Amino acid sequence: MSVVLDRPAPGEAAPNPEGPADSQRRRAGTGLLASGWTKGAGLVLAAGLLVFVCFASVAYGAKPIALATVWDAFWGYDPGSNDHLIVRSLRVPRTGIGLAVGAALGLSGAVMQGVTRNPLADPGILGIEAGAALAVVVGIYSFGVGSLTGYVWFAFAGAAMASLVVYSLGSLGRGGATPVKLALAGAALASLLSSFTSAILLFDLQTLDQFRFWVVGSLVGRDADIAMQVLPFLGVGAVLAVGSARSLNALALGDDLARSLGQRVPLARAVCALSVVILCGAAVAAAGPIGFVGLTIPHVARAICGPDYRWVLPWSMVLAPMLLLGADIAGRVLSRPGELQVGIVTAVIGAPFFIALVRRRKLAEL
Amino acid sequence: MTAPVLPVRRGDRLVVFRASRLGWSTRVHARAIAVTVVVLGVAFATFAWSLAVGDFPIPIGDVLAALVGRGTPDSAFIVRTLRLPRGLTALLVGAAFGLSGAVFQRLARNPLASPDIIGVNAGAAAAAVFVIVILNGSANQVTFGALAGSTLTALAIYFLAYQRGVSGYRLVLVGIGVTAVLGSVTSYLLTRAEIFDAQRASVWLTGSLNGRGWEHVRPVAAALALLLPLTIALARHLRVLELGDDAAKGLGTRVERSRAALLLGATALAALATASAGPVGFVALVSPQIARRLVGGRSLGLVPAAACGALLLVASDLVGRRLFAPTELPVGIITAILGAPYLLFLLARAHRVGIGG
Repeated sequence: MSVVLDRPAPGEAAPNPEGPADSQRRRAGTGLLASGWTKGAGLVLAAGLLVFVCFASVAYGAKPIALATVWDAFWGYDPGSNDHLIVRSLRVPRTGIGLAVGAALGLSGAVMQGVTRNPLADPGILGIEAGAALAVVVGIYSFGVGSLTGYVWFAFAGAAMASLVVYSLGSLGRGGATPVKLALAGAALASLLSSFTSAILLFDLQTLDQFRFWVVGSLVGRDADIAMQVLPFLGVGAVLAVGSARSLNALALGDDLARSLGQRVPLARAVCALSVVILCGAAVAAAGPIGFVGLTIPHVARAICGPDYRWVLPWSMVLAPMLLLGADIAGRVLSRPGELQVGIVTAVIGAPFFIALVRRRKLAEL
Repeated sequence: MTAPVLPVRRGDRLVVFRASRLGWSTRVHARAIAVTVVVLGVAFATFAWSLAVGDFPIPIGDVLAALVGRGTPDSAFIVRTLRLPRGLTALLVGAAFGLSGAVFQRLARNPLASPDIIGVNAGAAAAAVFVIVILNGSANQVTFGALAGSTLTALAIYFLAYQRGVSGYRLVLVGIGVTAVLGSVTSYLLTRAEIFDAQRASVWLTGSLNGRGWEHVRPVAAALALLLPLTIALARHLRVLELGDDAAKGLGTRVERSRAALLLGATALAALATASAGPVGFVALVSPQIARRLVGGRSLGLVPAAACGALLLVASDLVGRRLFAPTELPVGIITAILGAPYLLFLLARAHRVGIGG
């Protein structure tokens, strides 16, 4: 089944489940790349570029390492060489986590915007980031957790619990988990949890001092242990997300139409939400809350390849790590020998580009 | 120019206000009036109570005496210099956020939209944190910085989103981008700051009414006095804009002009409120949603939203002051703790009895 979403008339505002414009969707619209062939070729090209960015991420840093040395570190490892040690124990795990976290954020953002049919929805809207943050703060404050490996489990547990609560609250009442109820319940619970977080931080200066570095989001000091902790989750989540592309296309038409096309709406929505929780929860656990990527990359993907989720998902999955790793490299190079946290750099690099794109394109709306 | 007459649903009880000499009239849903009166009544009761309670409790009779200028010097000072401006700031800032949020949500046709999205809060926050961390500024300088930051940001977003008119969708997306950049700037400044500056900044960022004096009341009061009537006057265009730009044009509304005026008014309200109390979270998001569910039907619910905002903020400030007295919690923490459960309750209940989501 192929469902092509349409672009409303120029100047028409965001589709809103509450507004009368919802039923006014009109003719099909496309992104920059129109045919399936160019979309596929572009995707391959983008993936090639991503591989290049990965190599750059391994080579650049406080100590630049020649690409040939990087190559040797993989295929002819010399335990005595400092450069080889840096590559294998620091740069490669960090790049791997950046790659996985980026892909997870891009995917989960696209799925979340599809499920809630809201361009403002990011993975955090299910309360994932707020839940993770609260759990980390409680971990620091009550249990004296001080290591990144320790934060991972607190963050993941917090994210899972928060999103479970949001989903059950959003499903209360008639109609189950409708997009508006999910979005509002998520926003409400996220604010509630952030309030508790702020309250703890205001009372305890020491916790604030640790927390403010976690909360900006960073890839610093992420080693192979952390990668091994989160990679299985990311894998499962990615499979679930990519597998639900077709249901997302159907859900985008509205619940009634999706149902009449044979879609089991509550089931489809629950599977999508589950994939978001796994992906985003693991990403937040590994790198802290990096907000910008999951919110904007799906919009960029949609501008390039149109609103069909079978293309939006893979494009988001490739573009997001490109931005994340690019920002990480920039953060390392710009303020050598110190570093800027990747969560800070992504927005500064990505936003001007994003705004230019939004200004130029006739937008393919959700 | 006349706004078109929109159909009235049977069973909606309407009250018509007329000023025949001016050729002006408007229809208001009876239920909206009832909700506004009740909510405002509760808000004023809470406000009066907040004047009386505190570390130094004053009986309500003495409060009244102090208000008309006949109390003991002590109670006069406490009531008129400390508690009255603070309570008034809470009422006015809450109303301003509620009204501003209602207009934004209607204009963007998105229940998640609020002044935060238009960058007002992010701009104010970045500027205020800059003043605190880099310039070591005084409280008044922080207020001024916040005002400048929010105004500049809102203007920047409007012009970046302008393409032969501003569509709600593009405005929202540009807002996301600009807000993200400013958020990074704020985080960057926080990680670079001394820990005590960071703490001062994070109190400001949560929003607080501590130590608010008459100089904080006046700007918001002036803004509300000017912009509330203006927004209500423009409200009928808002109703038409909701039908989509094409339909609105067809019905004779000057789309771009009405939208720009509404946006400008809502932004100014949010900017002045933020300058007075900091970016108090959640009020602008939740007040219109609560009002909408209390009023129901087709009312726009702008004034009820303002009333809900006022009640939420004044009640939150009272709770924040008294819950762990003598330690005060900033009001921005309490708004979500009071508002979120109520919104969740309304969400669940509204769908069981079957009125709009």
